[in-house]
Amino acid sequence: MSSAEPGPARAIGERAPLGSPSGEGESRHPSLGISLLVSELSVIYRRPRTWALLAALAAVPILIAVAVRLTDDGPQPGRGPPFLDSITNNGLFVGFTALVVCIPLFLPLTVGVVAGDTIAGEAGHGTLRYLLIVPAGRVRLLLVKYVGAAIFCLSATLTIVLAGTVIGFALFPLGDVTLLSGDTIGPGESTLRLLLVAGYVTVSLLGLSAVGLFISTLTDVPVGAMAATIVIAVASQVVGALPQLAWLHPWLLSNHWLGFGDLLRQPISWDSFGANALLQLGYIALFGALAYGRFTTKDVLS
Amino acid sequence: MTVAGTGLAIETRGLSKRFGHQDAVDDVDLTVPAGTVFGFLGPNGSGKTTTIRMLLGLASATRGEATVLGQELPGALSSVLPRIGALVEGPAFYPFLSGTANLMRLDSADRYASGSTRRSRVDAALDRVGLTHAAGKRVKAYSLGMKQRLGLASALLSPRELLVLDEPTNGLDPQGTREVRNLIRSFADDGATVFVSSHLLSEVEQMCTHAAIMSAGRLVAQGGLDELRRVGDAHVTVVTPDAERARRRLAAFGFVTDEPAEGSGRVRATVAVEAAAAPESIVAALVADGVRVRGFTVEQVTLEERFVALTGEGFDVVR
Repeated sequence: MSSAEPGPARAIGERAPLGSPSGEGESRHPSLGISLLVSELSVIYRRPRTWALLAALAAVPILIAVAVRLTDDGPQPGRGPPFLDSITNNGLFVGFTALVVCIPLFLPLTVGVVAGDTIAGEAGHGTLRYLLIVPAGRVRLLLVKYVGAAIFCLSATLTIVLAGTVIGFALFPLGDVTLLSGDTIGPGESTLRLLLVAGYVTVSLLGLSAVGLFISTLTDVPVGAMAATIVIAVASQVVGALPQLAWLHPWLLSNHWLGFGDLLRQPISWDSFGANALLQLGYIALFGALAYGRFTTKDVLS
Repeated sequence: MTVAGTGLAIETRGLSKRFGHQDAVDDVDLTVPAGTVFGFLGPNGSGKTTTIRMLLGLASATRGEATVLGQELPGALSSVLPRIGALVEGPAFYPFLSGTANLMRLDSADRYASGSTRRSRVDAALDRVGLTHAAGKRVKAYSLGMKQRLGLASALLSPRELLVLDEPTNGLDPQGTREVRNLIRSFADDGATVFVSSHLLSEVEQMCTHAAIMSAGRLVAQGGLDELRRVGDAHVTVVTPDAERARRRLAAFGFVTDEPAEGSGRVRATVAVEAAAAPESIVAALVADGVRVRGFTVEQVTLEERFVALTGEGFDVVR
């Protein structure tokens, strides 16, 4: 815009035909929000911070694999994290080991950052008011934000599995995998089991994402929401470690986090997967409802 | 559209917002005629932005009603908002995305905006605010003025009937301010109603046809700019050796004359602006009475004096 001349009519120059605010002359069917979801994912994955989080997760299997490779003796059975002693025989175990190592803290940390940032991050940038003015719709925005966080959970676990598999193949031989039930399966089948475990871990993180989403609607300070989400994940595991509070354990967010052993038997037992999914669904319903109640009535003053 | 019914783009009745014990907006009856450039004046902290937030559905009103573009809020928000472009409390963008990516993001959040024309509408909006050259740069590298323009561009992504611009020239250099003023005029020429808030009176005087003045959460005056100027006092000063006769004549016109200063040869008189007769007829009457008029000056109250009188002066934030 170098001068005041009206120029060819554009944007506001095109007066909207009656009843068509978009002015495109198209029917007024509102889109479901696919383009908003795509846009949300592009905001998540075009952000340097997301890649830093994923890189940190990818570093865990690499660190494990390199450390095991460089040690002459090899890990002693029964010491260190589960599966660690199997790595030297089979590179596939790097991914399993890394997942087990990451579940208590690293994964909740990264998920806390992304889920805690959902609404509070937009509020902190000031972009929340513009999204609402557009209007994105509060319920629609909340749903898209949650789906975005859930997709991040999946990408986080897949990053560990993928980095673990690649480094495992590079540094260790590939062989048959002996399952917890004593059966032996080939590398193809083991890869499938590894992906199943990744799916299990992703599901485990969905409840935490809902908690993070709710906390995120409470504040305009994203760091606060992230920290609170991570604290809840850690506190849940602390409570889970106290036998005195055993009555509470079935209700804990983290109760089934390490229960994917059932997927490593022959035949596969889906019991723990189902129990975990049900528990996570409960958390999603409860905290989703709280987030809805809070966000749809909230005064956006950021 | 429905605006034609009342001819009003925005109408509020008793609109109020309370934060804790403080009335941020108190009983505001705003009337914004369609097709006007409406200045929303008030010092910082007078409740302008809170009012705007309520009009855009960002905050709920504690009391009162608001009708925007002929539709009742907050019920009709989802159908009213697509017809409004807005800039609220400064521009806000994702610093790690480019200008284009930021606008694409906002537009894809609009469920009525067509995806197939998205790119061309974004480019046109960027072009209209003169940001084409910086479209690919990350917003964190933008100056405040560039962000302000990008904010204006985001309000122009779709055709709008109402533009709500909160302090649109904040952070702009004089050149940028002039461009924004021209832009606002061009929106108005296209038939849109522009509701622009400002704490700078000169800005409103240059751009607006109508104005409302807020002070401490209350609406203290509103109407056409000329109307607002008329409310107040007009002063005339007559330089003449015939002071006594001049005073009598002016009194007949409804003027109240100041105490005569001995031997100054000046008569200063005041009358309400709306009651003031035309200067030429006053002079003619004085001359007809044999008053030797050696000088005659008229001082109209400027909107500025009026603004200051209504809102207080300088940096005294009301609360």
